[in-house]
Amino acid sequence: MKIDAALVDHLAALSRLALDAAEKARLAAELGAILEAVEKVNELDLEGVEPMVFPVPIENVFREDEPRGFCLERERALEGAPERTAEGFRVPRVLSEGA
Amino acid sequence: MAAFAPDLPAREIARCVRAGDLRAADVVESAFARIDATEPQVRAYLAKDREWAFARAGLVDDRVRGGKPVGPLAGVPVAVKDNICVDTMPCTAASRILEGWTPPYRATVVDRLLEADAIIIGKTNLDEFAMGSSTENSGYFPTRNPWDPSRVPGGSSGGSAAAVAAGSASVALGSDTGGSIRQPASLCGVVGMKPTYGLVSRFGLLAFASSLDQIGPLARDVDDAALVLEAIAGHDPLDSTSLPAAARKPLNGAAADGDGLPAGLRVGVPREYLEASVDEGVRRAVAAALDALRALGATTVDVSLPHTAYGIATYYILATAEASSNLARYDGVHYGRRAPGARDIVDLYSRSRGEGFGAEVKRRIFLGTFVLSSGYYDAYYLKGQRVRALIRDDFEKAFARCDVIAGPTSPVTAFRLGERTADPLKMYAADVFTVAQPLAGIPAISVPCGLADGLPVGLQLAGPPLADSLLLRVARAYESARGRFPGPPS
Repeated sequence: MKIDAALVDHLAALSRLALDAAEKARLAAELGAILEAVEKVNELDLEGVEPMVFPVPIENVFREDEPRGFCLERERALEGAPERTAEGFRVPRVLSEGA
Repeated sequence: MAAFAPDLPAREIARCVRAGDLRAADVVESAFARIDATEPQVRAYLAKDREWAFARAGLVDDRVRGGKPVGPLAGVPVAVKDNICVDTMPCTAASRILEGWTPPYRATVVDRLLEADAIIIGKTNLDEFAMGSSTENSGYFPTRNPWDPSRVPGGSSGGSAAAVAAGSASVALGSDTGGSIRQPASLCGVVGMKPTYGLVSRFGLLAFASSLDQIGPLARDVDDAALVLEAIAGHDPLDSTSLPAAARKPLNGAAADGDGLPAGLRVGVPREYLEASVDEGVRRAVAAALDALRALGATTVDVSLPHTAYGIATYYILATAEASSNLARYDGVHYGRRAPGARDIVDLYSRSRGEGFGAEVKRRIFLGTFVLSSGYYDAYYLKGQRVRALIRDDFEKAFARCDVIAGPTSPVTAFRLGERTADPLKMYAADVFTVAQPLAGIPAISVPCGLADGLPVGLQLAGPPLADSLLLRVARAYESARGRFPGPPS
């Protein structure tokens, strides 16, 4: 499959990756080659094969909604933040002016 | 320096420390002396913590002196792959995006090691976020193979494998998503095991592909690997995919089940492995290992895994899809690197990630985003999940005819640094024999089985789900027949 510049821009936006022009060109070429390789799965007749999501049978785990075991205190959770306030993570503007 | 120790088996260290014949502090001292001697060349470690190691060793020695019981890994110096959280050391997953971050909690496997009185001496290098087969994708520096410093140690747990091979750790933890424990173990001449999915808690492992990731041991022999696996295995309420305790059999006991192979053991040899492109020296060493298993009383049977050739394609669709979602958490907001001067929140995410991630991680996020994106999901991701079912069914059918499956771990021995970095597909091809087992969720172990041109070759044994103790027993019987495996030339 041909990977054009528009698709690379679209994927970069979806991936939240800021890329320079050289990176974009390289990724377009590499993604094309990798997709060609993984398209090998198209050789198979997969009609009626159930998709396998997980390697072992699992079921939902329910329990009472009460704190137990592991508990991360707010102060500890904020210790690694690049920028913070007294009680939260600080981020730049989320909504634009007038929104 | 103490009479030691980096070269004693872990179980011997623990026995001597327990008996009061060896001080844990002396073991730690000699481990760090070995680190000082080997690290300038090997560079297996991203972080070391002498002070903490000596403090922990002191506690163990105090308990021994006081006549109190100590754990099964008493005084054993352990290295931990740097994608597993230890709350007293930085954790980077070899990524610049996490430079300087110390996790606010620790992994369940680390708790279990500490409960067993192991001494954690440092964090080992890896391909960034465990994505790679050579440790060259580390955002910091490559690790060198102790057998030949011009060659890679394999990956992604290359630092753990190199540390164990160089004797700068007694045993180590790695993580395996598509071969990341077994392939470096093979290339460095040590034992490495990927347990059955769910046997070991993933809580505190930085997730790459959650339906594939599994933590396991690297060690210099099978009994040491079993000792570590026994310590870390078991249900964990903090990982709801970890198996209930009832599902698991004792592992360290596997060795005690009896010596030698179980009577009538059938070893399956997949014809697709024989047809695959494998280096001649690797082929010879693995054939000799199969002869050794036959001499021990095993019967080899011809089996087929017809979808072997689709393994890498399936793996790279599914693992990258899961990775693109898992790595969304590295956003420049909660921890790690934040790019300066962002206009708004989306710009902050994109620039932080653009600066922080290396080329291979970006490549995989890109591929994973593509296969999950609207319009391509059915053609790639859903198809990958269907082929995954066929790969699992292949193993199920094969295990109706045999007890374990044997073959090479890696088609090649350790390659030279730079030899495969230019072409990602060439690097991915290194995983041909190791991606199918995680896709099926089954256990597999790599055991050194000889040298080819002076470089180690690994024999891989795989078994049905929860056959972990059987694999350890077969590997141990093979290992006894093989005899002592040499260490790297010094």
